Amino acid sequence: MAQQLSVFVQNKPGKIAAITRAIADAGVDLRALSIADTTDFGVLRMLVSDLELAKQALARHNCVVSATGVTVVAVPDVPGGLARVLTLLSENSVDIEYMYSLIGRGENKAYMVFRVSDEKKLHTLLAENGLDTVSGEELGLR
Amino acid sequence: MPKYYQPEMETAPRALMRALQSERLVKTVRRVWENVPFYKARMEEAGVTPDDIRSVDDLYKLPFTCKQDLRDTYPYGLFAVPLKDVVRLHASSGTTGKQIVVGYTREDLDLWADCAARALTAAGGSDEDIVHISYGYGLFTGGLGLDGGAMRLGATTVPVSSGNTQRQITILRDFGSTILCCTPSYALHIAEVLRDEGLTPADISLKAGIFGAEPWTEEMRAQIEQMLGIKAYDIYGLTEITGPGVAFECSEQSGMHVNEDHFLVEVVNPDTGEPLPDGEQGELVFSCITKQAFPILRYRTHDIGVIRHGKCACGRTLVKMTKPRGRTDDMLIIRGVNVFPSQIESVLLQLGYTANYQILVDRANNFDSIDVNVEMNPGIFSDTVRGLVQKERELEEALKSLLGISAKVHLLEPNSIERSTGKAVRVIDKRKLLD
Repeated sequence: MAQQLSVFVQNKPGKIAAITRAIADAGVDLRALSIADTTDFGVLRMLVSDLELAKQALARHNCVVSATGVTVVAVPDVPGGLARVLTLLSENSVDIEYMYSLIGRGENKAYMVFRVSDEKKLHTLLAENGLDTVSGEELGLR
Repeated sequence: MPKYYQPEMETAPRALMRALQSERLVKTVRRVWENVPFYKARMEEAGVTPDDIRSVDDLYKLPFTCKQDLRDTYPYGLFAVPLKDVVRLHASSGTTGKQIVVGYTREDLDLWADCAARALTAAGGSDEDIVHISYGYGLFTGGLGLDGGAMRLGATTVPVSSGNTQRQITILRDFGSTILCCTPSYALHIAEVLRDEGLTPADISLKAGIFGAEPWTEEMRAQIEQMLGIKAYDIYGLTEITGPGVAFECSEQSGMHVNEDHFLVEVVNPDTGEPLPDGEQGELVFSCITKQAFPILRYRTHDIGVIRHGKCACGRTLVKMTKPRGRTDDMLIIRGVNVFPSQIESVLLQLGYTANYQILVDRANNFDSIDVNVEMNPGIFSDTVRGLVQKERELEEALKSLLGISAKVHLLEPNSIERSTGKAVRVIDKRKLLD
């Protein structure tokens, strides 16, 4: 498991720049980022090198934030690697709330961040099928 | 700690109160007839002379006075004493038209201070308290009104005035303020800033707040009480009558006692002007029966409320008025449906939103639209878009069942709705620009 930082963002020019700037000014590194949006607002999801520092920095900017547990899967970096993982989840009725990729990769592995309907089942399935997960500590996240 | 500031008036038996009111009304009517040409002309038009007013039972015979009359006689046309006897002027901001001005003699300021002191006492205040006044000082009656009451009570008065929230908080903490007086929206803003600085009610010494000058809901009261760790009391007043202290809330927090030894209150049908009995909702109408400089008679407030006579559990016998639901001026008519901003506020707070909101009304192709902007807060934030959209829908449905029409909800970032240090701007009605 890794702790993801989620931020409420209004759809306005310069918002994401301001948020990433605030995080940068706190000396915190971004390791993964994704945005889900509607016409009015979005949710910015991030894995950061220091969750507490980033939260404090964003609080000073009046942002609404939350921390959510997510699973980082080491997907074999071969054609069809991700398709295999997704098929496995779909066949076993594990629904994906959202997913996105991590910046950087391991040796022959691409890292994907998953938030699913049944976290426990996901871990069992991955283990049974010889797929690895990567913890926040292993990614150097605090 | 004394429970009442002037028990002989606040707990007077009804018969005694009525006798006093009648005596004062008769005197005032005669005085304005003799000293203010406007009232004499109006009474003559209505076929009434001072001889027709023998007791409070005859009050209904007097013609109404309305805001336009104050504008037409601006600035001094309704004053009943020579200007040399007037020691203070106050004026209303004039956001909805030409400003109006009212005057006070030394005696008028005295009775106003008594009324505000009654309010402070009812909120648990005494000469032991440190009263922090964050209403604006100046022509607006809020600041100086509560200031007069706190000084009269012998409390330690801190005339902070409004604005500079950081400084407000420093003073709250350093001076150990125990009673806060401001608009409810500003109280909420102060509470938010305190929270954002990581402070809790334990870091301040406040025990009570007296909040007024704008309509607010029970839900907002609960939020302010919880965030500041205080009891929040409502206070009612308007410049035309005297300012804050026309009516005040007691420990029961179930309506406000009208200082009816000075201000007579009636509820009338807003369309016909016909007086309504206790318990029926209508427009509040006030008459000043003790003021010297500006003794306005049967003033139409446009505030919608209900009055009830009887002895309160607090022991007071002063007639109680409900928290005004809003002013008829603030009432929005959207596709023929009457909507008070306070009704929307209730829904928002019940669903976990804060009282930071704005209502935008517009018209396109002869069709009214209503948009509600409300700020996101950690309590309702979800990290999935689906969860947030669900929140929006839930609020839209609640508003639809309340209003009978669809409102579009927009979730905004915290602090994106401008904070007011005085009266909050809740409604932006763009239709008015089109007329």
